[in-house]
Amino acid sequence: MNISLSINGIKHEADVEPRLLLVHFIRDLVGLTGTHIGCETSICGACTVFLDGKPVKSCTILAVQADGTEITTIEGLAKNGQFHPVQEGFWECHGLQCGFCTTGMIMAVCGLLQENPQPTEEQIRHGLEGNLCRCTGYQHIVDSVQYAANKLKTQSAKAD
Amino acid sequence: MIPNNFEYFAPTSIDEAVKLLEKHGDDCKILSGGHSLIPALKLRLAAPAVVLDIGRIKELKQIKIDGNTIRIGANATHSEIANSAELKQHCPLLGETAAQIGDQQVRNRGTLGGSLTHADPAADWPAAMLALNAEIVVRSGKGERVIKAADFFVDIMTSAVQPHEIVTEIRVPKPAQPNAAVYLKVPQSASGYAVVGVAAQLKINNGQCEDVSIGVTGLAPKAFRAKSVEDALRGKALDEGTVSAATAKADADASDAMEDIHASGDYRRHLARVYAKRAVQTAASRA
Repeated sequence: MNISLSINGIKHEADVEPRLLLVHFIRDLVGLTGTHIGCETSICGACTVFLDGKPVKSCTILAVQADGTEITTIEGLAKNGQFHPVQEGFWECHGLQCGFCTTGMIMAVCGLLQENPQPTEEQIRHGLEGNLCRCTGYQHIVDSVQYAANKLKTQSAKAD
Repeated sequence: MIPNNFEYFAPTSIDEAVKLLEKHGDDCKILSGGHSLIPALKLRLAAPAVVLDIGRIKELKQIKIDGNTIRIGANATHSEIANSAELKQHCPLLGETAAQIGDQQVRNRGTLGGSLTHADPAADWPAAMLALNAEIVVRSGKGERVIKAADFFVDIMTSAVQPHEIVTEIRVPKPAQPNAAVYLKVPQSASGYAVVGVAAQLKINNGQCEDVSIGVTGLAPKAFRAKSVEDALRGKALDEGTVSAATAKADADASDAMEDIHASGDYRRHLARVYAKRAVQTAASRA
C-alpha cells in the first residue's frame, strides 16, 4: 500500500505492507535510528515520537495508520545545531546513564511540558509513567524536566 | 515482533465500514486506536485475515451535548475525553476516568469505543459506563442497536458486539448532580490496569441518597453493577454506619472473583468493599 508521511518536515513516500509498524518505517526505511525499540508492547516508551503534535508509541501504530500525518522524531528537535531545551536539560542534569530510554523519554517530556509547562515533581513522575528507565532511578530525569521547564519559561518570557 | 499478514481497509464513512463488515465480518478485526489490537497482533494472539481501520471516519470522533444526552463518538481518544471542557462541566466523571488510563502516549491513541468493545475485565471505562447508565450504539447492515452498559459486558474479553457490528457512539444521560461522582482504583503497578476499580454516581436530596449507581471493574470476569450496595443506600442518609454496612456487599454481585499473580480473589473482594466505601463517601463529599 502506498503511503506518504512527513518526518521532521521531510516528506517520505513508500509502498509498504499493512503490517509494517511505524517504528520500523522510521528506523529501517527512513534510517532514523534515534527512535528505539524496547518492549514492543507499548509499555516502555522507548519508541515515543510525535504524531500530529502529540506523543505516541510508534511500536503500536501501523505505518499505514500514519499515512498523511506529520511525525517528529528525536532527530527533529535540535535547531541550527542547538539542543532543544529538553535535550539540554538531560545533558546538564545527567538525565541518562546508558541512554537507551533517553530519546523516547525526551519526546514524552516534550509532550508533558506542552500540556503542563510548569509541572510539579509529582506531575512529572505521573506524566512520565509511560516511559521506563532501568538506570537512573528517575531522580535525574525529574531534575532534567525541571531544568527544561525553567529554560522554556525564560525563553518565552524573552520572546514576550 | 511482526504481526501476521492481513488485508487492510480504511473506510472514511460508517456506511462503507458496515458494508466491509458484512463482507469480511467473520474473519475481520476492527482497528480503532490499536492499543489493544496491535499488541495482540504482534503477539499473534490475534491473526485476522482482514483489519478494518476505522480511524479515518470523522463522524466517529465527535463529542457533543445533545439536550440531556452526552454523545461521544466511538473513536474519541481518552485524551480528548480527559481534556474536553464540555465534558468537565456536564459529567466530570468521564474525564476523571480517562485521565487514569494507561499513560499519556496510550491516552493519545486509545479510544472509548475500542476499550469497551475489547471488554478487558480490568479496564477502567466499564466501571464508569455502568455508574453513568451509559448506552452503547452499534450499527450493522440490519440497522442500529442500542445496548445498555449493564448488558454490554458478557465475559472476559467478550462484549455484546457481534462480528458484523461496529460501535458508533456512546450515550451518557447527563447526570443530575455531575460533581457527585468519582472513579477510584488500585492500579496494577506495572500496567496501570485496575486490580479493582469502583465508579460511583450519586443523587442526593436533603441529605438523603435519592439515587445511586456503582460500577465495579477488575474483580469479576466482567464489570458489574453493585446492586446490593445500591439497594442498601437508596433512600437513606449517607452516615458512616449506613455506608459501611452497604459497601460491605460490594462483592455480592460479582459473578466470580479473578485471581492472578497481582491479587487473590479474596483480596480483590476486600479491595472492592474498601474502594466502594471510599467511592461513595468521596462522591457524597463532592455533591
